[in-house]
Amino acid sequence: MDENASCLPAFPSRTLAANAKRTMPPAVIEARGLTKRYGQLTAVDGVSFAIQAGECFGFLGPNGAGKTSTVKMIHCSSPVTAGDLEVFGMDVRREPRTIKARIGVCQQEDNLDPDFSVRKNLTVFARYFGIPATAAEERARELLEFMGLWERRDARIRELSGGLKRRLVIARALVNRPDLLILDEPTTGLDPQSRHQVWDRVRTLRRQGKTILLTTHYMDEAQTLCDRLVIMDHGTILVEGPPAELVRSRVGREVVEISGFPQALVGFVRERGWSFETDTDRLWIYTDTGEAVFTAIAREYALERCTVRTAGLEDLFLKLTGRELRE
Amino acid sequence: MIVTDVLDLVRNVSWRSLRVWQRNRDVYFVTWKTNLFPPLAEPILYLLAFGAGVGALVKEVQYRGEMIGYTAFIAPGLLATQVMFQAFFETTYNTFVRMHYQRTFDAIITTPLSLEDVMAGELLWGTTKGTIGCALMMVAISAFGLLHYPHALLILPFSVLAGLFFAGLGLCFTGMVPAIDSFNFPTFLFIMPMFLFSGTFFPLDVLPRWAQNIAWSLPLTHVANVIRELGLGRMPADLWWDLVYLVAATVPLWVLGIYLMKRRLVK
Repeated sequence: MDENASCLPAFPSRTLAANAKRTMPPAVIEARGLTKRYGQLTAVDGVSFAIQAGECFGFLGPNGAGKTSTVKMIHCSSPVTAGDLEVFGMDVRREPRTIKARIGVCQQEDNLDPDFSVRKNLTVFARYFGIPATAAEERARELLEFMGLWERRDARIRELSGGLKRRLVIARALVNRPDLLILDEPTTGLDPQSRHQVWDRVRTLRRQGKTILLTTHYMDEAQTLCDRLVIMDHGTILVEGPPAELVRSRVGREVVEISGFPQALVGFVRERGWSFETDTDRLWIYTDTGEAVFTAIAREYALERCTVRTAGLEDLFLKLTGRELRE
Repeated sequence: MIVTDVLDLVRNVSWRSLRVWQRNRDVYFVTWKTNLFPPLAEPILYLLAFGAGVGALVKEVQYRGEMIGYTAFIAPGLLATQVMFQAFFETTYNTFVRMHYQRTFDAIITTPLSLEDVMAGELLWGTTKGTIGCALMMVAISAFGLLHYPHALLILPFSVLAGLFFAGLGLCFTGMVPAIDSFNFPTFLFIMPMFLFSGTFFPLDVLPRWAQNIAWSLPLTHVANVIRELGLGRMPADLWWDLVYLVAATVPLWVLGIYLMKRRLVK
C-alpha cells in the first residue's frame, strides 16, 4: 500500500485535490479539529465536519455528547478552545458579529420576553439586527402567518402552550432572514401534535432551500428531517452520512426482535455468526435477510414474540452509543 | 493579560448596546403603572413620617453653619437614596431575573450584539432608572416647596452620574452572587448602611471625627452632598471633589461589572 502510494506522482494528485476543491461549493460551516474544554472536562474532542448550503444537517447523540457545545461555538456564544471553525468562510473568533447577523438560532430553553406580546417579541428581536421598525412589523406578520400564530399576535407569552412558544421561538430565529438556521432540540418536551407541526414547518423551510443545523435525541426527528447527520458521543463523531445509508451499512436492512428469549437461542445465534445484541429480556439480530433469519429461528424455537422490522436509526444509535443510561 | 482582556472588553462595547436599553425601556412602558407609583409615593410617606413625626421634635438642624428646616434637610437625602435604590436594584435583582430566569441575554447574544453590548445596555438602563426615579420624586418633593429652582434642575444631569455609579456597583454583585437571595448581603452590608449614614437623615457633623471619615468614604455621602447643595440653591466649589470621586469610582466599576458578568456567562 505504502509503496504504491509513494509511486504516485505528487503533482497530478495535488491538481486533483485542487479541482475537487474548486467544484465543491463552499461549505456553510467547516470545522477542523474543533475542541471545547470546560476546565478538566473535554466536551468536544477534536471533531471535523462540513455542512453544505441547502442541506439539513443533524447532530445526534445522548445527553452530554457535545451537541450543544458544538452549536454554541457555531453561533459564537462560546469560545473555541482549539481547532478551526469557519461559518460562511469567516473565522468565528474574528468576525462573530458578521456571522451572527446571518444566523438564526432557536435555543433549547424558551427565552421569549414574558412582558411582551407575541408580535412585540419579534419586532424587538428584529431591532437587534438593525431592521427598521416598518420592515420589522412586516416580517413579524409574515412569520407569524407562516408559523400559524397570527391569530395569537396580541397574546402574552404566559398564555401560550409549549408548542406555540416553540413555534414563536422558531419564528423569532427567522426574523433576520438567516442563511443558516440552527435548531437546538426544537421539539424536546412537546406533545406529538406540536412536534409534527414543527417538523412540517422545518420541512417547508428545507424545501425553500434554507441551510438547517439540527440537534436532537429523537431518532424519528433526525430520520424525517436530516439529509445528513453525525452521531456524537463523548465529544467525538462516531459516524457521518445520510441516515438511511448509515443504517443500511452499519446495521443492515432489517432487525429481528425477540422478547423473552431462551438462553439457548444466544448460542444458536452466535454459532451462525449473526450480529446481535441483548438486554435483560430482549434479543435483536441485525441482518439483511430478516425473513430467512426469522424462519430459521421459528423452526427451531417456535417463539411467539418474534418480529421482523425494517432497521432504523434507533437501532444504529443504540448499537453505537450503548444501552446504558446517561446522567 | 489583564490589560488585553480589558481592552478587548472595551472594544466589544458598541452603539448596539442602545438596543438593549430600548428593550428595557419598552418593558418599562408595558408595566408603567407599577413603575411610576413607588417614586411618587415614597417621598410623601417619608416626608410625612420624618417631617410631621421626627420634625415635630427636631424643627431645625445646623447644617454648614446655618439652621435649616429638618424636612428641607432630608428631602435632598431622599432624592440621593432614590437614585441609589433605583439604579442598584435594577442591575442586581432585575438584571439577575433577565439573566437567570428569563434567559434574555442568551437570546440577545445570538444576534449581532456582543455580551459586552448587552451589559453596557443594562448599565445604561439602570442609570436611566435612577434618573427617572429622581425626576418623579423631585415632582413630589417640589409640591412641598422643598427645592430651590433653577439650581435644583442640575440635580437631573447629576443623577445620571450617580446612577452610572450605582448601576455599575450593582452589576459587579450580579456577576458574583451564586443566587438571587445572596443580594441580601450587599444590600444590608453596603446599601442600607449608606442609606442611613451618608448625611441623608442627619448632618454628619454630629458624628465623632472617625465616623465622619468613614461616612465621607461612602459614595452616597458625595451624592447626597451634591444634591443637597443644588436643592438648597447653592453651588460651592467643593462640589468638584464629589464629582471627581464619583467619576473616578464609576469607570473601574463599569469595567469590572462587565468583566465579572462576562466571566459568569461565557463558558
